[in-house]
Amino acid sequence: MGVFTKLIGGAAMAAALIASPAMAQDNVRIALVVKALGIGFFEAAAKGAEEAAAELGNVEIIYTGPTDTTAEGQIEVINSLIAQQVDAIAISSNDTDALVPALKKAMDRGITVISWDSGVAPEGRQLHLNPSSNPLIGNMIVKLAADNLPDGGDVAVLSATTTSTNQNIWIEEMTKVLPDYPGINVVGTVYGDDLADKSYREATGLMQTYPDLKAIIAPTSVGIVAAAQAVVDAGKVGQVNVTGLGLPSEMAGAIESGASQSFAIWNPIDLGYSATMLAYELSHNGAVAEPGAEIPMGRMGTLTLDDKNEGAMADPFVYDASNIEEFKSIF
Amino acid sequence: MLRRFALSREAALLAALIALCLLIATRFSGFITPANLGRVFNDSAPLIILTLGQMIVIVTRCIDLSVAANLALCGMVAALLNVAFPGLPVIVIITAVVLLGGLLGAFNGILIWKVGIPPIVVTLGTLTIYRGIIFLISDGAWVNSHEMSAPFKALPRAVFLGLPVLSWCAIVCVAGFALMIARTPLGRSFFAVGGNPHAAVYTGINVGRTQFMAFTIAGALSGLTGYLWVSRYAVAYVDIAGGFELDVIAACVIGGISIAGGIGSVFGAVLGALFLGVIKNALPVVDISPFWQMAISGAAIIVAVILNSRSNRPKGRLILRTAGRKT
Repeated sequence: MGVFTKLIGGAAMAAALIASPAMAQDNVRIALVVKALGIGFFEAAAKGAEEAAAELGNVEIIYTGPTDTTAEGQIEVINSLIAQQVDAIAISSNDTDALVPALKKAMDRGITVISWDSGVAPEGRQLHLNPSSNPLIGNMIVKLAADNLPDGGDVAVLSATTTSTNQNIWIEEMTKVLPDYPGINVVGTVYGDDLADKSYREATGLMQTYPDLKAIIAPTSVGIVAAAQAVVDAGKVGQVNVTGLGLPSEMAGAIESGASQSFAIWNPIDLGYSATMLAYELSHNGAVAEPGAEIPMGRMGTLTLDDKNEGAMADPFVYDASNIEEFKSIF
Repeated sequence: MLRRFALSREAALLAALIALCLLIATRFSGFITPANLGRVFNDSAPLIILTLGQMIVIVTRCIDLSVAANLALCGMVAALLNVAFPGLPVIVIITAVVLLGGLLGAFNGILIWKVGIPPIVVTLGTLTIYRGIIFLISDGAWVNSHEMSAPFKALPRAVFLGLPVLSWCAIVCVAGFALMIARTPLGRSFFAVGGNPHAAVYTGINVGRTQFMAFTIAGALSGLTGYLWVSRYAVAYVDIAGGFELDVIAACVIGGISIAGGIGSVFGAVLGALFLGVIKNALPVVDISPFWQMAISGAAIIVAVILNSRSNRPKGRLILRTAGRKT
């Protein structure tokens, strides 16, 4: 009996092994692994992934992730995806290094692995998709101010702390492209330390020091909200436009009051869409992730990889009165 | 009376405050216009209210590091209440957070009174606990201005007799404190406990209970400020007023409240808070490099403390001399 059972079991297993790749050929199964389930930002990314799947036709999206934002939870998810023999994993990671062994195992089994939004160390993925790049962000924040100032004028920057790496790089990149925006005169940079009260005070100080100030650029989510409130309280809505980087849910009030005409941040829908497109290209269309490669990603154009196999998706997405209602409940 | 005031540390601080304003005016003339001074007072109002609470705590030889965390927790509760029940009158929300703040302060007080843990340890612990609770009840998410109801945001900004309600809250608190300190047994017992706890026991004052009351009152004021803060900046998140407890303690020290307990006045506390408030509001407009701003704030605190300790010194000598004469 023992031998017979083993034989049957072996045959069944062999059949399963033969059957599953055959099934996979019908449908490319792409797993979108997120930091944790139930976060608006990632739900929106999944929506984008489904959009890409519908466009490609033969793609099945597996939207998954742990219930809390831990690396252990994601490792479990990855292991189960390896067992399911998916074709590709696109992950927004909770830890740069901890996921590398699990993802390496996945790549050894022939699964395409890319990271997006929050990256994995280079040895643990084939490419990484950044939502944007520092030069694009630096350009966008001054463009947002300039677009509402056809005649130019004084603008000031309200940053986080003097030592915030991201903000300092973005402001540096902004300064580089300033000559492209004639008439835009940056009068100064102040620091709100990412505290609501200090940012509010600094914004009020800017409006006092520069009575002709036309815009405040705040590339930080605490600063932009506080500056918008300061403009409302100073009765300068319409005279001073607050712009920069912020989240739609946090900025909805500022758009409504008119203190902010527009602001920017990544669009999670586009991000999920692009990640899916890239995973499909790599796993199914034979695209190779190597420095300098240009990989198409549908309506988002192409992704150019740098020497670390990283690429930037696009300009930050602009939010204004026309689309804030749609996005404020997402993230 | 006038002569006594002229020699007091409050007078020295008032003179320093006026000198500071004039100095700022040389760099930015708009600073000393009445409208701007009103704005500075309004901006300092939360600091004034918290400094009053901290004053009575410090006077009783304790310290409360949890005021800012208490403020943030009460502010978040106020915001969440408003989001959950948009129709709830603002006065109900304020009452609720003042009670909650008082309860959180009382929790500090009970640990100090009944369990006998040093105040700095208790409040260092509750500081973290209160911040943690904010995270738990909010899931780390922000409560944003579009989610808050209009009356909730409007109250501190509403102008009454030429001043915003936020400023009036501070004025009412100052008046109430002046009355309590000067006219009630409780107000006097704070100083008795801080000045000489052993003597206080012999006069029938329960030291622990007095400290408990100081913490409860300080907590209730934090609760009130929590609402004012959140509605003024129209945003509530875990880290609001991060590090604000240090500003509050600095304002007390500048205001001449002795960290050793027993010495302090309402007027001094108000001046201390205004001094910091003026510096905070002046730095953005006088065009000083942000890298220097922190150093300047710190230097101002040390200068104020030196002035205070100097004005305290003759008083000490005088007592010794009288004592010497008597023997």
